[in-house]
Amino acid sequence: MRNSSLFILYISCGVILLSLMLVHASFSENAQQANLEEKAALVKILKLTDLCLFTEARYTRHLSQADLNTAFQDHPLSLEHFPSGSFTQPLERISEHR
Amino acid sequence: MINWIEKQRYIIDFTISSLLRRKVKNFGLLALYTLIVFMLASTMFFTYSIKKEAALILKGAPEIVVQKIVAGQHDLLPVSYIDTIKKIRGVAAVESRLWGYYYDSLVSANYTLLTPFTDDDSTDNTQSSAKKTVVESGSGNQQLDDTSKPLFELGDAVLEPGTLIIGNGIARLRNIGKGDYMPFRAFDGNVMNFNIAGTLSSQSELVSSDLMLITEEGFRKLFGIDKNYVTDVTVAVSNPSEVEMAASKIRKRLSEARPIARDEILRTYDSIFNWRGGMMIVIFSAAVLAFVIFAWDKASGLSAGEKREIGILKAVGWETSDVIQMKFWEGAKVSLTAFFTGVILAYVHVFFTGSIVFEPALKGWSNLYPNFKLTPFVNLEQLTTLFFLTVVPYTVATIIPIWRAATIDPDSAMRFTGE
Repeated sequence: MRNSSLFILYISCGVILLSLMLVHASFSENAQQANLEEKAALVKILKLTDLCLFTEARYTRHLSQADLNTAFQDHPLSLEHFPSGSFTQPLERISEHR
Repeated sequence: MINWIEKQRYIIDFTISSLLRRKVKNFGLLALYTLIVFMLASTMFFTYSIKKEAALILKGAPEIVVQKIVAGQHDLLPVSYIDTIKKIRGVAAVESRLWGYYYDSLVSANYTLLTPFTDDDSTDNTQSSAKKTVVESGSGNQQLDDTSKPLFELGDAVLEPGTLIIGNGIARLRNIGKGDYMPFRAFDGNVMNFNIAGTLSSQSELVSSDLMLITEEGFRKLFGIDKNYVTDVTVAVSNPSEVEMAASKIRKRLSEARPIARDEILRTYDSIFNWRGGMMIVIFSAAVLAFVIFAWDKASGLSAGEKREIGILKAVGWETSDVIQMKFWEGAKVSLTAFFTGVILAYVHVFFTGSIVFEPALKGWSNLYPNFKLTPFVNLEQLTTLFFLTVVPYTVATIIPIWRAATIDPDSAMRFTGE
């Protein structure tokens, strides 16, 4: 088989796989609808405010409920030291609440 | 047309042979390039999906949460505040929340203890004629209103005094389940034993992994909180467009209060994993630096061998446009191969392996981490963005130096030796 045929075959497979990926994403989205609804209902019933992504500190567990002095939470000179702090940002418009 | 296609195929045949002559260099380049695409695509898929999922799940969050702030820190809120808030025009319902954290030294994990809202609380706290309504924005109201279907993995789990309903993450971490007992050290040093009445569904771990549902009585006994205090209150507003107004009125009436609107909660999760944030900028700068190195390598000129190759090709009759086409295909082949491989691997990584590469960074120092499967929210727009971020710069960077080299005299190109 010619090198160009192999390359065209590879690119075609890539395009097909990417299309299948989009189809899979679309089907999974529909399939996961019940699961999403369950989580949304739990949030509504229990009046939850945050996702349980980072449990290492109280201000990363409940990002939206964190104190206004987060990052200096434990001590005036205690800078943010939890790894998850590097993924998150302070609550938007936090300065307005000060 | 057929001639043109056949010509391109010959050029592709030639460039693949040419690439294979420098196997180590080109395969190294391809592996690094694939890795960059993989990292960028994984980050993009993960962040987009988690943001979208957060937006869908947190639609049902309270419209306004009111905290009491003392010396810049969250403090317990007196129950008397509830009446003050209820008197504000536009407020439909005010409900108290009791929640807090418990550190389990046995497994070094933090749990979130929460008292579920019951109808009894409703009569206690909203005894006025104010109608209890929860106003939702967006189109998912019907789905959220469907609260009749069982939410718990064990439908018969009933929360009674002395019992707990625990999140699946805690059950997994402590290896406990329904019927087991869990000891807690109360505020006064006494040990309190709670019976586990059930476990929250594993499907809901993204919101409930570290949750412990406890009765109000148990919560107050455990933490020594007086009946006149609650953790915070949630406020429902009759008209969704008046949420901001209600929040500012609460702030005016209660100077120590800090209202947090649902919109702010949603925006918090919309800005999570923002590219400007710590780790994200490290990933992006690494990718950008690697691209700069690629582009520098290509744009700084060709090796003597490559120049000689171009000289020979021109001497045997290739035109400048043919040489440029050849180099275009060379760049396209490397970048397309890296793009397809990287994107497909990233999809498998994020949605089938639970982002195994990111897991250590996401877990941080926490022992209790949710086991969740993200819903793949992937669309053509994301793939197009990735394509333009990765394939186009490399291909363009390949062509520019070639155009310079392809226009030189073949005789002088061939004379150049010393690779």
